[in-house]
Amino acid sequence: MTYFTLNGRIVTSQLPASTRLSDVLRNEMDLFGTKIGCNAGDCGACSVLLDGAPICSCLTAIGQVEGAEVTSIEGLHEAGKIAGLQDSFLAYGAAQCGICTPGMLVAAHALLAENPAPSRCDVQNALGGVLCRCTGYSKIIDAVLAVGTGIGVPLSPKGGCSVGSPIRHIDGQPKVDASLVYGDDQVPHDAVLVRVIRSPHHYASFQIGDKAAFLAEQPGILAVLDASDVPGRNCFGVIPPFADQPVFAETTALYRGDAVAAIVGDPDSVSRFDEADFPISWEPHDTMLTPESSTSSGAPKLHNSRDGNILVRGYVECGDADKALAAAKHQVNVRTKTPFIEHAYIEPESGYAVLEGSRIVIHGCTQAAQMDRESLAEIMGMDLAKIRVVPSACGGGFGAKLDVSFQPYVALAAWVLKRPARICYSRGESMRASTKRHPSDIRLSIGCDEKGEISGFVFDGVFNTGAYASWGPTVANRVPIHACGPYKTTDYRAKSVAVHTNAPPAGAFRGFGVPQSAIAQECAYDLLAEKVGMDRLAFRRRNALKNGVPTVTGQVFKSGVGIDECFEALEECWQSALLKAANFNEVAIKNGSPWRRGVGVASCWYGCGNTSLPNPSTMRIGVTSSGVVVLHQGAMDIGQGANTVITQIAADALGLPVHEVQIVGGDTDLTPDCGKTSASRQTFVSGKAAMLSGNALREILIRQGNVDSDAQINFDGSLLLLNDAAGGFARIDLSELPVNDFGYVFMAEETYDPPTSPLNDKGQGIPYAVFGYGAQMMELSVDCVLGQVKLETVTTAHDVGRAINPLLIEGQIEGGVAQGLGLALMEDYQPGRTENLHDYLIPTIGDIPEFNHVIIEVPDEEGPYGAKGLGEHVLIPTAPAILNAIRHATGASVFDLPATPDKIFAAITALEEKAKRSG
Amino acid sequence: MHNRLNTRGDVDYLRVDSLNAAVSALAKGPRKILAGGTDVFPSLQDRPLVGAILDISGIAELGDINFDGGYWRIGAAASWRSVIDADLPPAFDALKTAAREVGSVQIQNRATIIGNLCNASPAADGVPPLLILNAEVEIAAKAGLRHLPLSAFILGNRKTALKANEMVSALRIPLESTVGKSGFLKLGARSYLVISISMAALRLDVDAAGLISTIALSVGACSEVAMRMDRAEAALLGTPLATATERVMLEHFDALAPIDDVRAPASYRRQASVEVVRRLLADQQRDFASGINA
Repeated sequence: MTYFTLNGRIVTSQLPASTRLSDVLRNEMDLFGTKIGCNAGDCGACSVLLDGAPICSCLTAIGQVEGAEVTSIEGLHEAGKIAGLQDSFLAYGAAQCGICTPGMLVAAHALLAENPAPSRCDVQNALGGVLCRCTGYSKIIDAVLAVGTGIGVPLSPKGGCSVGSPIRHIDGQPKVDASLVYGDDQVPHDAVLVRVIRSPHHYASFQIGDKAAFLAEQPGILAVLDASDVPGRNCFGVIPPFADQPVFAETTALYRGDAVAAIVGDPDSVSRFDEADFPISWEPHDTMLTPESSTSSGAPKLHNSRDGNILVRGYVECGDADKALAAAKHQVNVRTKTPFIEHAYIEPESGYAVLEGSRIVIHGCTQAAQMDRESLAEIMGMDLAKIRVVPSACGGGFGAKLDVSFQPYVALAAWVLKRPARICYSRGESMRASTKRHPSDIRLSIGCDEKGEISGFVFDGVFNTGAYASWGPTVANRVPIHACGPYKTTDYRAKSVAVHTNAPPAGAFRGFGVPQSAIAQECAYDLLAEKVGMDRLAFRRRNALKNGVPTVTGQVFKSGVGIDECFEALEECWQSALLKAANFNEVAIKNGSPWRRGVGVASCWYGCGNTSLPNPSTMRIGVTSSGVVVLHQGAMDIGQGANTVITQIAADALGLPVHEVQIVGGDTDLTPDCGKTSASRQTFVSGKAAMLSGNALREILIRQGNVDSDAQINFDGSLLLLNDAAGGFARIDLSELPVNDFGYVFMAEETYDPPTSPLNDKGQGIPYAVFGYGAQMMELSVDCVLGQVKLETVTTAHDVGRAINPLLIEGQIEGGVAQGLGLALMEDYQPGRTENLHDYLIPTIGDIPEFNHVIIEVPDEEGPYGAKGLGEHVLIPTAPAILNAIRHATGASVFDLPATPDKIFAAITALEEKAKRSG
Repeated sequence: MHNRLNTRGDVDYLRVDSLNAAVSALAKGPRKILAGGTDVFPSLQDRPLVGAILDISGIAELGDINFDGGYWRIGAAASWRSVIDADLPPAFDALKTAAREVGSVQIQNRATIIGNLCNASPAADGVPPLLILNAEVEIAAKAGLRHLPLSAFILGNRKTALKANEMVSALRIPLESTVGKSGFLKLGARSYLVISISMAALRLDVDAAGLISTIALSVGACSEVAMRMDRAEAALLGTPLATATERVMLEHFDALAPIDDVRAPASYRRQASVEVVRRLLADQQRDFASGINA
């Protein structure tokens, strides 16, 4: 037993003294506000105060806190000690998914207790130990700096006026008081624990030994599950025609992390189990980790139906690219490479399953509840109606929580043992097993004429899609449509191929391959501009896509093409940044400083929604007999703010203040299908459905009251009051009306599916109803002797059509930039080598530039109130803007990412040696 | 305080409040020593901490940093934070800078300097600043104390001279090694929570003529164990500090044996080490120049 003071009360822990404090807090004290992201001190999500000082509770044994005072986020909240910080976090939108928020608040509180007026640098030093993957940290810094400086009252716009208003996240409070329930919080106490046994080899055949004998030796372990236990189809995949991933591999594991079996039992026995004791024999094969090796002659086929290990190819062609290139005055050829990128959400995959009669209910984190449900019905061999998915809060997703992960294991365990079953991946397991951003190897040739107009564009991209299909087909299809960037490109040929290897399955990660292709295109644009002798921004503006100009798939937008507006918005600061850099460098050279300043610009365009496929969202909105308006909002909010943005849209359509609309989340029993949170589609597609259903409900109410369409809607308890401008008035007692099957007296349900058309064999057609556009300008400094980069300022200009919520837009941009700079400068997932958060580096609070934002609104004809998608766009320009700025600063190009100090140093050295030789 | 044994199944957890109790326990059989926990827990990769454990974090006498007239002593339970907070001569500035750059505030509050040495990672941030202070490791066992120079204590990657029934009780730094000023520079691929690609620590003093009268220089993360750069020290001793950066040559660092790993290739590590040393020297040039001006 250990006695200690927890949040002001003396408590006793009965767990062994060697137990991690974080486990005691969560498993014994039922305090789930302390999050576990890595169990290694790398992420800081588990921060608590020990005698007032912040520590990682995952690195402290409970025996070590005997007699000491532990304060968790709950203690700080209940004592009112962080009220100012909480309010500030909400005001600045500093909590997105919220999983890092408790750790941030604990660390920030410790700082402010010591130093009530910290500098920006003090804040960075104090919060440097807490990783956030959503926000880009800037709003967190601002929120901490603003505590005590007078934060205004929350905005509460009038009915019909919330679109365009930077209101706070409507679901923010439980994030800052740590009461929000994520996948591993508040699981049933009697749940058995599931642990998946995964291949330690990249490619190996295996045989599972005597399960009965194993179970007899392991009293705490109640079941071993393997492929033979899957009642339905032992296969899942996000794109049904390509589904190929087994719940459990049957004879051969295709990647390190492939699931082969699972053990289920009491939590203590399962967590203590040493995997070396599992009865399995392995026969490793020669490993193919790269497309070169898996497409070489004689390479074994990983999937029978896929010759040459080719999953799929993508193709778009218009005009005559070869002829145009041959005729071009200038031509550049580049080859760029990017590695696997890990999503590194701080919440690992986690959840639980319970049986409700003959149904299975799965709780946990996801980006796509309805897709999970469909996959599980197939895996379990059950009717769709027998599966219910109840999403928990999602502690970051970024694409990887679109795929099924933990769900089949808990469903199967609960089904077999007739008991609740839970799982929480370890950080290592999460990194090994989950999907990644596709590594790319891109060859690109672009030509232009003497005036800088693009003449010929030939793109060839090879994408390592790993062991299973996941979203490989989407990447292969999206890239050729987008590879030209938002520029007029009349003579174009782009092909892509997704190649299987023994690497982790590459899937969806914010941008589906477009960030990789934009690096090649935007870096080549800088080289071309230099050949022409043009200013780099002017070169881009000369080629910028315009209304009425066909895209490379032949799609013509009459309006809404906003890329040049984005460039125009950067013009002034571009010129001044160039001047500032030149002055800086002049002084640096004079002083013998190794630092050089550079400025880079890059752009993006990105089609919102599925590529040439149906992509509907359905929204239901109802009024109860007691006068409560309820929006069934199934667009998963993974921190980006769908709950807020979509409610704003619905509220405005209905004509009610946003705070009078309650939302019901994505429980598949309660809420219609809003599709997946991916492809930057929720604001556009689900938002449009919300607008249509809000309009429809408004019309019903107006008709019911027989008032003019301009009528104001008010509720007074169960009374519905309608007043129009002409003096018309209606008063309807809702409690007297019949209630429908859904519990509503009035209800509307509308579906929106964006109009697209299939692409022909040359990739011509209407792939997306809407594109969003953007450009970013990065100012940075490079230490030319050590190759280190310091990002100074990024200026962003994104065309969002209509800014539904400018505060949340800034949050999306800053988070996207942070992930983009990780891609550019540090991130590199290597299976077997960087499977933790100290070898796999993501940006910390010290790596972030200062932000300037210009939000551009060029309305779209389709989007709700003119809105376009944004979520993925924001990541695309960052990496090429950084690489272009590094080249501007040093003359050196790094095309093999990440541009780590050693690669930048090598590129600068090579340049100097070349200069010496030619000089 | 009391000595408390908490045993359940596979856990035998002993928390002690004196060095004497600790070494007595070790005399009875080997135990995993738990102090800050910042290396012990990550090494488990999510598995529970089991086996025989000796928790020394509650030994008050080992938490101190003090001066006994001949030596500065840093106890085995002293955290990086206590180094930052301690009032120490300028020769310890390198150690203080390293302390501020270890992991994060959360890590600095728990991790101990001596744990950093016992973990014996090639990239241990504590080793270069302690090498330039000629630190000695005080090793305790039931039979008594023995002392080893730090350079003789860390034998290789994750390998030390510690025997099964021993523990490190303290570090001691001789007064004569605290002459001059010092600096530390660490190179990583991001800010915070980063393992060094290369790092160096430098301590020096100059005489009235501006000649380097004392110099100690070490480089870490570029060999299995961080090491003193004897050739560079020899080349610089007695020469003018004002022009010292020019006399630092790549060949002075031949003793380094950097490796290629996920953080950087060997060739970069070698080049970068030389530059890091030049920058430390340049900092000292500025420091001493401003000192003279003042």
